[in-house]
Amino acid sequence: MADLGEGGGGGGHKKGPGVKKGKKLSTRVDLTPMVDLGFLLITFFIFTTTMSTPTAMKLLLPKDTEKPEEQNKAKESGALTIMLSKDRNVFYYEGVLKPDGSNFKSSNFKELRDVILNKKKTTDAKDLVIVIKPTKGCKFRDVVDALDEMTINDVRRYAMVDISDSEQQLIDETEGNSPASTPAPPAQ
Amino acid sequence: MGRPKIARKSTWVDMTAFCDVAFLLLSFFILTTKFKPAEAIPVITPNSVSSKAAETEDQCLVTISKEGKVFVSFSEENRRMEVLEDLNSRLNLQLTPADIKKAAKIDFFGAPLNQMKSFLNMDPEQRKGERLPGVPCVDSTNNEVTQWITSTTTVFLGSKLNLMVKGDNDVPYTVFKNVIDAFKKNDQMKFQVITNQESIPINSPLAERQRAGEKLSAD
Repeated sequence: MADLGEGGGGGGHKKGPGVKKGKKLSTRVDLTPMVDLGFLLITFFIFTTTMSTPTAMKLLLPKDTEKPEEQNKAKESGALTIMLSKDRNVFYYEGVLKPDGSNFKSSNFKELRDVILNKKKTTDAKDLVIVIKPTKGCKFRDVVDALDEMTINDVRRYAMVDISDSEQQLIDETEGNSPASTPAPPAQ
Repeated sequence: MGRPKIARKSTWVDMTAFCDVAFLLLSFFILTTKFKPAEAIPVITPNSVSSKAAETEDQCLVTISKEGKVFVSFSEENRRMEVLEDLNSRLNLQLTPADIKKAAKIDFFGAPLNQMKSFLNMDPEQRKGERLPGVPCVDSTNNEVTQWITSTTTVFLGSKLNLMVKGDNDVPYTVFKNVIDAFKKNDQMKFQVITNQESIPINSPLAERQRAGEKLSAD
């Protein structure tokens, strides 16, 4: 209630004798419960509304060039190639893939950040290029996660390239054989 | 003498104004809340740290459902008609002006171009994502998304176009690649991927940059 005690309107002036006192009803309505209700509804709506605004991740594709001399050259020492395979497996190698596949390593998304950070620490910032190669088996989510990892780790130069046959073969071999036999990732 | 008489003031407070404010706020919140439109194509998008809200105007959205079906949609009604008209005249789809008019009320297109006529005349209740064939986007020889983007490029020429891709977590990469290839063929090199926001992992370089007060670029 908006007032405290105090009874009715407090009499008013006396009418003459014999005049019946017409009871004056107050036209004031106590709006307190209505205010309560209003704010209750506001709180209810605010709490039940979820702020679900989808966000957008911007991507810029490079133009495909036929002439090899126009393609961006990546310095061998600063390159890190990440291959995304099925079941969220990740394979990577630094620099150029050796013919015997000795620098071909297997990893997963959890370790990927350390791999990238390690590489970032050991190479000159302007030489660092990360090449993402999604294979046929990987999912959209893996690609987005890998691209997101670039943003998280503040990698300025990265590219998405189709996988080559020899790399695909190497992945197939690794996955076909027992995964335990793959060379373990280096100490983080 | 006795104490001075303190005038008894009524403690009645007029609640009308308060009540007005409460209901004004209530109606404001109700009217500004946009209901999530019932999605004909259920898609669970991947997460990313990007915090930029996706634009809702001038968009051409390519949705890829869990099964790898591709759907094309436009946010503006007149754009839908214009794109379809362009496709019709370019590829001779035999659509009548009445058919094209129907396209304005259709939220997304999800049928091969040669079945477009029956798609447009379909009962709206039937037009649900899982029952539709989707826009063919199998390989480079039969990639109708390319045709859609070509027409979109023509229609949006000179005006702003927000090209977006919304894909489910489990979409195979090959489908996504075909969509990107369709973009590339039309020289649409800039597009956005719709994601859900997730928090930036602590101790990552991005988090450190943010802590340093650097304004993060919108990428």
